[in-house]
Amino acid sequence: MSAPTLEVRNLKTHFFTRGGVVKAVDDVSFTVEAGKVLGLVGESGSGKTVTGFSILGLVDPPGRIAGGQILFKGRDLATLPEAEMRGLRGNRIAMIFQDPMMTLNPVLRIDTQMIETVQAHAKVSREEARQRARDALGQVGIPSPDERLKSYPHQFSGGMRQRVAIAIALLHKPDVIVADEPTTALDVTIQGQILAEAQKLCAQFGTALVWITHDLSVVAGLADDIAVMYAGKVVESGPVAQVLDAPLHPYTLGLIGSVPSRNHRGEPLRQIPGMTPSLLNLPAGCAFRSRCPRAEPGCAEPPPFAEYRPGQHARCIHPHQEAVAA
Amino acid sequence: MSTTTIAAAPAAPKVETPFQRFVSEFAASRIALFGLVLFLAIVAIAVLAPFIAPQNPYDLAQLDIMDGRLEPGTVGAGGFTYWLGTDDQGRDMLSGIMYGLRISLMVGAGSAIIACLVGASLGMLAAYAGGRTDSLIMRLVDLQLSFPAILAALMILAFLGKGILNVVFALVIVEWAYYARTVRGSALVERRREYIEAAQCLALPTRRIIFRHLLPNCLPPLIVVGTMQVARAIALEATLSFLGLGVPITEPSLGLLIANGYEYMLSGKYWISFYPGIALLVTIVSINLVGDQLRDVLNPRLKR
Amino acid sequence: MTAFLLRRLIQAAAVVLVMSLLVFLGVFAVGDPIEILISPEADQFERERAIKALGLDLPLWRQYLVFLGNALRGDLGRSFVFNEPALRLILDRMPATLELAVGATVAALIIGLPLGLYAGLKPNSPLSKGIMATSILGFSLPTFWVGLMLIMVFAVQLGWLPSTGRGETVTILGMRWSFLTRDGIAHLIMPALNLALFKISLVIRLTRAGVRETMLMDYVKFARAKGLSPARVTFVHVFKNILIPVVTVVGLEFGGTIAFSVVTESVFAWPGMGKLIIDSINVLDRPVMVAYLMMIVLLFITINLVVDITYSLLDPRVRLEGKS
Repeated sequence: MSAPTLEVRNLKTHFFTRGGVVKAVDDVSFTVEAGKVLGLVGESGSGKTVTGFSILGLVDPPGRIAGGQILFKGRDLATLPEAEMRGLRGNRIAMIFQDPMMTLNPVLRIDTQMIETVQAHAKVSREEARQRARDALGQVGIPSPDERLKSYPHQFSGGMRQRVAIAIALLHKPDVIVADEPTTALDVTIQGQILAEAQKLCAQFGTALVWITHDLSVVAGLADDIAVMYAGKVVESGPVAQVLDAPLHPYTLGLIGSVPSRNHRGEPLRQIPGMTPSLLNLPAGCAFRSRCPRAEPGCAEPPPFAEYRPGQHARCIHPHQEAVAA
Repeated sequence: MSTTTIAAAPAAPKVETPFQRFVSEFAASRIALFGLVLFLAIVAIAVLAPFIAPQNPYDLAQLDIMDGRLEPGTVGAGGFTYWLGTDDQGRDMLSGIMYGLRISLMVGAGSAIIACLVGASLGMLAAYAGGRTDSLIMRLVDLQLSFPAILAALMILAFLGKGILNVVFALVIVEWAYYARTVRGSALVERRREYIEAAQCLALPTRRIIFRHLLPNCLPPLIVVGTMQVARAIALEATLSFLGLGVPITEPSLGLLIANGYEYMLSGKYWISFYPGIALLVTIVSINLVGDQLRDVLNPRLKR
Repeated sequence: MTAFLLRRLIQAAAVVLVMSLLVFLGVFAVGDPIEILISPEADQFERERAIKALGLDLPLWRQYLVFLGNALRGDLGRSFVFNEPALRLILDRMPATLELAVGATVAALIIGLPLGLYAGLKPNSPLSKGIMATSILGFSLPTFWVGLMLIMVFAVQLGWLPSTGRGETVTILGMRWSFLTRDGIAHLIMPALNLALFKISLVIRLTRAGVRETMLMDYVKFARAKGLSPARVTFVHVFKNILIPVVTVVGLEFGGTIAFSVVTESVFAWPGMGKLIIDSINVLDRPVMVAYLMMIVLLFITINLVVDITYSLLDPRVRLEGKS
């Protein structure tokens, strides 16, 4: 069997600040096959975005990858020299950012920003590069791409800008796209369109998609697999239907319970008590235990990441084995 | 009572007054502390000049024209060592610099204080009165700030003529606007605070609200601006005097001393201009070092 | 764009009017205009005639209108010393000053931008800290004294550069320029650097602050995520964004530079407007002073206008607002 498109193994990305070591990503593992979508879910500050930047080798000092492997078709990106990494970035592995208002350079025209991406990885003429940029804009459903190429980002709406960003990511038909909450800043209707677009294109090109989000309903509709992050660790992972219907980890259960649509009318919304812990000097053991209704003395020991059901792992010593009553 | 009982008594929680906190925060930067010490030393030299200067440069009886333009370290006709050399009149440069510092600091500090009083009053008036008074004052401020200080001062002195008081006047004219803008800015912020409203509801007299409530809160930024403006005023005065439009020859500031050495520079007699320049530079840098740290310590935005 | 320009022009005209009133009051109301405008050597008869000719027997507001009318026709009085129209004297010397100021601005950008860029990209390196410490010195050093020291080192001690004057000039468009001859350039280097001193520090600080701010922007990270070379990210994505504030400030500073060239021109005996005005002040040649003041005001307003337009060309967001 050939290597999966992207396999992250025990990734650790730490920030060595003056106040101490912040373990933003601390033991994260998942696998994404070609044409599949992985939903990487967690609260803000859980380390999802840093995981995404780690895959692209864009972690800036004082942060660095402190351990683990990022295997792209079997090659370890964590140890790849910067020059080779740059050859992959935007070419085989692309990223879409959260806030479309901030991702495009305000003082450069769209064509400049697209053509430079084409020419960074392909030895083609300016005209040819422009042609490819035009095609990419057409692909993401931007009308009259010729005219749009000559515009500046501020002349676009947020949704349009995100389409442009997606078009840029798609320019080289990458093997992996890391999408960091690309729809959070958009209106619900636009959100739906973008989701559908992304799904279609990934299926078409066989792209492995890592979709980072805090929104479980997005994952439910889009992803094949899910990995739930909490305080820098993956606490549960598995096929999306399986995890959402029968979560093992109390935190996953809490997340599902917090989604309004999953509750019955009239019942009060379930909440997870407490707050995300500070990543600076996390206590040993399960990081969720201070908020966990099932915490017991044994949780002070680091729980193993164990497979409780076929393909479904959890980092918990007392997982919910029964299905969710919902 | 023995010492042991004192030691055994529970230590009262250490309460830092805002001033103590300010002092300890200021002292956190060694370089700022160094600047402060340097500045105090300069002030001491200037104040004590008549007592510590080797020579009274204004007393013509002490000058020997034969000792003119001597190199640093030369022993003069009277058996007197000129550590920093002499100028064309045979004046000891070291003494000249000490007396020059007096004039420079006096003009700098004097103009800064007057400009501060004028500017702060107008700024407070603008903030408190609002409306047309405010916009009139602020238009004046904008106009003043858009015109380079050196030019405005130059023109004022061109029409008024030389003289220490005229220089101070010119400096006040070009500097008041900075204070006015600063005070108005912080007073406007403070004015909207609830405690001012509360004071107004208590029907406290306006005078009391301004002096007891508003002004103390405008003080930190005013101090920062003031420090920087003293340095600016000293530099500006030196420049004006160098151009021959500042202080009269009878009361030479550092700038005028430097100007005196200009013509001898080309013949290699550097010290007449060099050492007063160093004194000027050290003075300005020491004030700026203190000002930089004051800005960091007193800036509420940088407070955690 | 036209509406924007029109509005700015009207504003500019208003400022000129206010300044002319201030100058008028300074010369005619505060001072004694007879003393200011009539040569002290004039005898009683000449004085009487001059008072009539200048309209000094008219009420103040009529006098102002006359002054304004003359000024509009380019008549700002005659120099006592040169016995030439004051305005022509100023205009004759303007190219020298402009040359110096432009030289200083160019020097400030050439020296300041790379240093600021480096200090911004590597804020913790010792070299960056050195650059920043030096820039503080640049703010503190009195310009005229640095000028003297430059003369002392490079003209007197080393003898590399000439200390005074403009050197050989070439006449183009009816104006004399130094920067086109070798000798002229040699004469220009020290005064331009001296005048640039403050601006170099300013550009370094602005650039560094801009780089540090821009580097944190998402679009810079996105540019890197596209696999662009670090050079392209730095010089296209970061640099173009920084250029806007730097150009604005440097442009706005241009007026200040011209004003401050008074000092540099005096130190280096550079025959520009600044030297003229100091000389005129020293001999109380007041018509020249008035003319200089009015010219400076005009120059300032022009500069502000040019900066605004340049700004709108550099920043597409501003440009569009102007159009719509």
